[in-house]
Amino acid sequence: MAGNVEPLSPRAKLAVTAGRAAAAVSRVAGRGSGSVIGGKVALRLDPDLLARLARHLDVVLVSATNGKTTTTRLIAEALRANGGVVSNALGANMPAGITSALAGGSESQYGVIEVDEKYLAGVAVDVAPKAIALLNLSRDQLDRAGETRMLAEKWREGLSGSKAIIIANADDPLVVWAASGSPNVVWVAAGQEWKDDAWSCPSCGGVMQRPGDDWFCAECGFRRPTPSWALSGDHVLDPNGTAWPIHLQLPGRANKANATSSAAVAAAFGVSPQVALERMYSVAAVAGRYDVVSYQGRDIRLLLAKNPAGWLETFSLIDPPPGPVILAVNARGADGTDTSWLWDVDFSRLAGHPIALIGDRRLDLAVRLEVAGVDFQVYESAEEAVRMCPPGRIEAIANYTSFQDLRRVVGN
Amino acid sequence: MADANLRVVWIYPDLLSTYGDQGNVLVVERRARQRGLEVQRMDVRSDQQLPTSGDIYLIGGGEDRPQRLAAERLYRDGGLNRAVANGAIVFSVCAGYQILGHEFVNDQGARQAGLGLLDVTSTRGTDQRCVGDVLGDMDSRLGLPQLTGFENHQGITHLGPTARPLAQVRLGQGNGTGDGTEGAWNDTVFGTYMHGPVLARNPQIADVLLKLALDVNALPNVDDRWYEALRGERITAATQPG
Ligand SMILES: [Zn+2]
Repeated sequence: MAGNVEPLSPRAKLAVTAGRAAAAVSRVAGRGSGSVIGGKVALRLDPDLLARLARHLDVVLVSATNGKTTTTRLIAEALRANGGVVSNALGANMPAGITSALAGGSESQYGVIEVDEKYLAGVAVDVAPKAIALLNLSRDQLDRAGETRMLAEKWREGLSGSKAIIIANADDPLVVWAASGSPNVVWVAAGQEWKDDAWSCPSCGGVMQRPGDDWFCAECGFRRPTPSWALSGDHVLDPNGTAWPIHLQLPGRANKANATSSAAVAAAFGVSPQVALERMYSVAAVAGRYDVVSYQGRDIRLLLAKNPAGWLETFSLIDPPPGPVILAVNARGADGTDTSWLWDVDFSRLAGHPIALIGDRRLDLAVRLEVAGVDFQVYESAEEAVRMCPPGRIEAIANYTSFQDLRRVVGN
Repeated sequence: MADANLRVVWIYPDLLSTYGDQGNVLVVERRARQRGLEVQRMDVRSDQQLPTSGDIYLIGGGEDRPQRLAAERLYRDGGLNRAVANGAIVFSVCAGYQILGHEFVNDQGARQAGLGLLDVTSTRGTDQRCVGDVLGDMDSRLGLPQLTGFENHQGITHLGPTARPLAQVRLGQGNGTGDGTEGAWNDTVFGTYMHGPVLARNPQIADVLLKLALDVNALPNVDDRWYEALRGERITAATQPG
């Protein structure tokens, strides 16, 4: 165990203690777990605290538009084969939340940290990670997140001087653009169903050619790198070409992709694919996502999808018709206040399912589905929607705050 | 009208389809089919030649670099100008709206020539981005109900004498010129800063495009129940902030 080789300075210790106190106050006041407020207080007392806390750890950063919370969990489980892990497992992924999480792990060997896309470049400088996993980039919260390609550009600039091993998805041109300026990249063919943010070459602006699984720009020669790891059906192919079976409790292609990237990260720390993948089986649900909850005599599977790419991956994992599907969409602050993205989601793929619409913005969904020519019912509440579904399994797909609302209603 | 064929062209989805504006294409398509029209939808990427035989052309919003590339390629292609000369209808949003004007300021801070299909000139605002729900009164010549949309832009668009404002905003920024105008039109070419997408929020505008393209004064009614419910909700939400 690496532990604390070098003790924290008195100032850093004070900052950690003050942060814990603030977190406790916040918890008592009923304002959530308190991790963010604790981290904020601590960072104000000692701005270098994040860097100092990380110095004692082998740090892995995980960033992406989708799948970063789950992948962080999978990597953490895999690395626990070798030693203690501290992680921001609840998804508090900005500097304050990360600081707070690391402050709780003074005895750990590894820090496995999910980082918000906008903060990745900065956090990567602060914590000098050993590895960085980049899964995908796509449009998300366009009313405030800014441009997707600009984000890739920021990653590229921020990571160009990094000594970390970058484990990056070779199937996402924006991720490849972000990673390919770095000297030490492990390419993973993890797939990316959503393609609509990378038809334009991130390097030169040419039109991307995408025959089959390949992609390239005919104008500047920017092209898909040769991957050393790959997701192939239900298996991970390692750099020797050996196929390792994936056994997950988590559903869907996207989680197999997350497991593949996680296996590549684990291998960078000496954990074999076999051990890593076996350990990943223990992850059943991540902050309520993928949980199946019994409610009113129905089994409701809770699925979180926050943006077009996420909804697309979610449609591909739900049970086929005629099972009912509940769709829930809000547009509160944490969701982004613009609902236009619903029109980038192909809802015709839900044809054949009985569909119930709920959430603050159920009428936006109603017009969207009307135009898609898909039948639906609109309900005032989740309780009512569930009551109208026949007993049995229900798939419930929700964006961020509507997911939290739904969890409260069904008692998850 | 039953065997009429409507050609709808979606311009450069590889560059200008970032803010859900392909919803405008879907709404036009759907409402045409509901009237018994056969619709041929053509999605034209920026490495393809733009067909000049379309009836309705739609172009959406996008990020700053794709906007520059789209304007360069459309300018070089020349097809949209020929289509408009042939009587085609064009509906444009945000970055696409700016491209249809005489000039706009691109991602490199340079003034770039547009297609000159609308008598407008755009610059870049220095204030914060305009983001949020918009409510306005449509140009009285269009005889349409209130405009509702969602804006997310930093552009400022000035109208010349041959362009009419599409609407006068009650809430929101619109063209960003401070005079409350929003969008522009000139009988066959329309531009707006509204997302939402705007034709899902205002299906009556989609019907105007269809009537112009088909050269008819009226269209059979369709079931607008959900559109009306959404409009009512968004208009109420815009007027009762918080
Ligand atoms: Zn290129």
